[in-house]
Amino acid sequence: MGMTTYMLASSDGSSLLALMVLLPIIAGLAPVLAPMIVSALGLKVSVPRGGAVRSIAFWSSVATFVLSLLVMAGFNWDHPDQLFAVYSVPWIGALGIHFSLGIDSISLWLILLTTLLTPVTILGTWNDAKFRTVEFYLWLLVLEGALIGVFAARDLVLFYVFFELTLVPLFFLIGIFGSTRRRYAAVKFFLFTLVGSVFTFAGVLYAAWFAAQSTGVWSFDINHIVTEGAKMPAATQGWVLLAMMCGFAVKVPLFPVHTWLPLAHTEAPTAGSAILAGVLLKLGTYGLLRFVVPLVPTAAIDYAPVIGVLCVIGILYTALICWNQRDVKKLVAYSSVSHMGFCVLGMFALNAEGVGGSVMYMINHGLSTGALFLCIGMIYNRYHTRQMADIGGLGRRMPIWGFFMVFFCMASVGLPGLNGFVGEFLTLLGAFVGKGVYGTRYIALWAALGLILGAIYILYMVGKVVIGPLREPADAHDVSDLNWREITALTPLAVACLVLGLYPAPVLNSIEAPIDNTLAPTKLVLAERKHAKPHAPKVAMRDEAGAVAADDRIDSVTLTEVSQ
Amino acid sequence: MTAMAEKIQHLTPELLLVVAAFVVMLLGLAREASLRRATFWISLLALIGAAVLSWGQAGVIDPMAHFMKMSIAAIGAILLMVVAEVPDEVGLEPGDDEKSFDPANTSRGEFYGFFLLSLVGAMLCAGADDLIWLFLALELTSLPTYIMVATSRQDIRASEAAVKYFFLGAFAAAVFLYGFALIYGATGTTMLPEIAKVFASGPLNNLAVAGVLITVVGICFKIAAVPMHFYAADVYQGAASPVTAFLAFVPKAAGMMALILVLGAVGWPLVNQSQALVALLCVIAVATMFVGNLLALVQNNIKRLLAYSSVAHSGYMLVGLIAGPGDASRSSWLTNGVAAVLFYVVAYGIMNVAAFAVVGLMKRGGEEVESIDDIRGLAYRRPGLAAVLAIAMLSLAGIPPLVGFWGKVYLFGSAISAGYILLAVLAVLNSAIGAYYYLRVVALSFLYEPVDAADQAEISRRPARTRGGLIAAVWVVLISVVAGPLVDSAKRAAGQFVDKPETPAAAVKPAETTPTTPPASLEADAPVTLDHRESVTEPHTPRS
Repeated sequence: MGMTTYMLASSDGSSLLALMVLLPIIAGLAPVLAPMIVSALGLKVSVPRGGAVRSIAFWSSVATFVLSLLVMAGFNWDHPDQLFAVYSVPWIGALGIHFSLGIDSISLWLILLTTLLTPVTILGTWNDAKFRTVEFYLWLLVLEGALIGVFAARDLVLFYVFFELTLVPLFFLIGIFGSTRRRYAAVKFFLFTLVGSVFTFAGVLYAAWFAAQSTGVWSFDINHIVTEGAKMPAATQGWVLLAMMCGFAVKVPLFPVHTWLPLAHTEAPTAGSAILAGVLLKLGTYGLLRFVVPLVPTAAIDYAPVIGVLCVIGILYTALICWNQRDVKKLVAYSSVSHMGFCVLGMFALNAEGVGGSVMYMINHGLSTGALFLCIGMIYNRYHTRQMADIGGLGRRMPIWGFFMVFFCMASVGLPGLNGFVGEFLTLLGAFVGKGVYGTRYIALWAALGLILGAIYILYMVGKVVIGPLREPADAHDVSDLNWREITALTPLAVACLVLGLYPAPVLNSIEAPIDNTLAPTKLVLAERKHAKPHAPKVAMRDEAGAVAADDRIDSVTLTEVSQ
Repeated sequence: MTAMAEKIQHLTPELLLVVAAFVVMLLGLAREASLRRATFWISLLALIGAAVLSWGQAGVIDPMAHFMKMSIAAIGAILLMVVAEVPDEVGLEPGDDEKSFDPANTSRGEFYGFFLLSLVGAMLCAGADDLIWLFLALELTSLPTYIMVATSRQDIRASEAAVKYFFLGAFAAAVFLYGFALIYGATGTTMLPEIAKVFASGPLNNLAVAGVLITVVGICFKIAAVPMHFYAADVYQGAASPVTAFLAFVPKAAGMMALILVLGAVGWPLVNQSQALVALLCVIAVATMFVGNLLALVQNNIKRLLAYSSVAHSGYMLVGLIAGPGDASRSSWLTNGVAAVLFYVVAYGIMNVAAFAVVGLMKRGGEEVESIDDIRGLAYRRPGLAAVLAIAMLSLAGIPPLVGFWGKVYLFGSAISAGYILLAVLAVLNSAIGAYYYLRVVALSFLYEPVDAADQAEISRRPARTRGGLIAAVWVVLISVVAGPLVDSAKRAAGQFVDKPETPAAAVKPAETTPTTPPASLEADAPVTLDHRESVTEPHTPRS
């Protein structure tokens, strides 16, 4: 295994990664550009029909998934924190911008999530694009390519290019194929995230400049910027943190800037919602993980309580909103805000449990929420309504659908044995032992209340929609259960949920090393602060010493042990 | 005499265009319709020829002149395709029926002729190294545009726009000429390298500061920057869209080069030379960005929207100009603000042409569309045109990976490198504001269904203009994906400002250029000018 793995890694792993980014984009553009080019050459050509384009889209996304499996097979599991499949060519040489790709285990898992979710989504929404089909699949595939690009980018500017490039396809997907208020939702989504992320870019550019100043080497290599930029003085770090939070917090989304998300989700077509919830929201937390935590360690520790409080407010506030929702899709949309709050909470606990849990949460939330949106889309296709008042007890009419719906709902609320539990447990544990960072355990305690609320609103929704007396719109006839295509779409997601719930150890093990690297700067700052403590008053000292000892004790529990 | 010959050799692209301009003017009066129609092809060939000739001058002329002359000629060729049908639309151009031909009532020849002459002016700006030359070149850029605006439409608003443009332009010319005079007074020379040498000796004296300040304010008219931006919306709206595309690029490029040359003589970093100058430039840049973007936000007229967007983009470019070419000793990437400006001028020119080409294709009752609502549902009617418009708009908004994004990264990155952090943050804020109105145009064309057929704006059949827009969009995509070569050339072009110390020293023989006649005597002005024109040949010899 070891030798062949190494061969794969050194020989063609790198080009595989570039191929994975470009294949979906090319496959999306081809049906648009090919007829133009052919007709420009003077030849007659028949414009490819929707069905053919859909097949091209589906099979190319399947091919991308296979490529990602190949990359996974060749991945260097012994050193998951080392960049694998590094591919770097100068892009704009004079500006030092490289087309530079490379993945560690965290990137790999998120790429697998993307490449799995895209074909599944295409299959699950097979008949949704009834007009402008070519465009629909064009944007869907460009979105996939851009998402893979974000997770694989090792060059700061390239990262930002892909990060922003995700906006354009989703803008069109929501704005053209969404429901009634789609245009408003699309514009709001685009502007909210764009305005935030331009400041993020300015902040990171400043860090790059700082790194260049201090080392004399200009580079957009993310590793270089992060290691050198972390030496910024504390006050500067605060500003850079603020700039970066502008973009990443909007993308996550955190509490005060979350308002674009429920709207975008509700108005988006099913495919858009599934990818948006499944992968796009993770760009925010991925950005926090890659840039904020290692690049501005001092500021991250200093402002963690503020961010923690915002997370808790978001968790509780949106959970209460969910409880009050009558629109199933809106409920799941708001629940995403609540869930991503846990994700950020774990991240800013700045310990191995919290960040590890946060990464698990990103993967799990992507699987279960993406699947939930697909399930809801299947209902909407049949009844043309998502109101709980109109539909109920559908488990009687559609038992297979009912099974999947309940299954993914349980995964979403964190039923032990399913994937949601692992991430949820670890993030809360991290927040709880992260007292040194958050300064209080109440943040974790209040967040735990969000778990209970989460269970309440999801079970309430399941009780209304899946179980109970059958209630259907009057004009609904001949509603049939899921067909083979839909079952085929949902099954891989369900299997993934189950496997990750029962045996998360491989994932947890593999992400441990990169997370340790990410946390190294913050650990250093925390250790320095610990040494500086003798100046504190005596009584407090004993107290803190006790707390520190407790922290240390829990710190020594490794992720794997926790998961078992 | 050899100097003169050498000079002429350096000006071959411009001379070619001047000759073409006069040929075109004459042929425009030909009785045969086919000859009149040939004017377009002659102009196009001349522009391509000028671009090729400029390309061949690498190493012979100043790097910036080389880069900009080539770019202006190349973009000029695309612009020509976009404006090609304007003379027919005005209604002055008789049909193919020769009997109806009336020499007094035709405009094709003049239109193309003035078009070419204005481009010659912009190209001459690039190579200017004397204030008088610079002034004449700037005026040669502007004067034909007044006439182009007036004759571009048979509409009272076009005449109004032309008159406004002319008077304000004359006023601005007087202002920067006054500034030039003060600079001359402070330094005793009109030669830019000589001026640079005087300025390099230390902080500017008050007279020189006043001269540079007034010059900058005057040139602000050409680039439509605050406080000289007021004409922009009215003139851009009044002129026919293709001509507006011309106005938004050619005078702006000329003005930007004039600013680079004048500030280059002052010498970067500007702070060392004059605090007041930096303060003024910062105020102008910030005010220009905010005025442009905020006013564009509230426009419902597509041409006024693009006019204010053009104002805002001048603000972005000024940010790079303030940052300057950076420190030559540190070999780093995002430091050369002047290269960023040159890159952005070209990028802006191309994306702007694409946008105006599409707008120029849409008509309502024979008149140009004005309301932004006329774009509604364009993607359903003409997906290709909508795509061109969307590429232009997203690029103007600075969405990666389009070229507008690279330009902004370069501009704002160099501002950060030069230490103007707040300026960079304000610029970023502005590009976020700007995204709204560009996105609005994209949203209208892609997300909305078209209105009823009876109420639709018609999309006129203008093959040359359609092709021009398409070519511009393809170029936008090309230089977005493969931005490297353009950045490289822009960087080379700005190289002459990086190696500051050796430029003036190697450039001029002092004996030749010291003015012998006192500047006050008016009648002596003309010969002095001529003398300078001959002596400026020296700086054109290869420097390195």
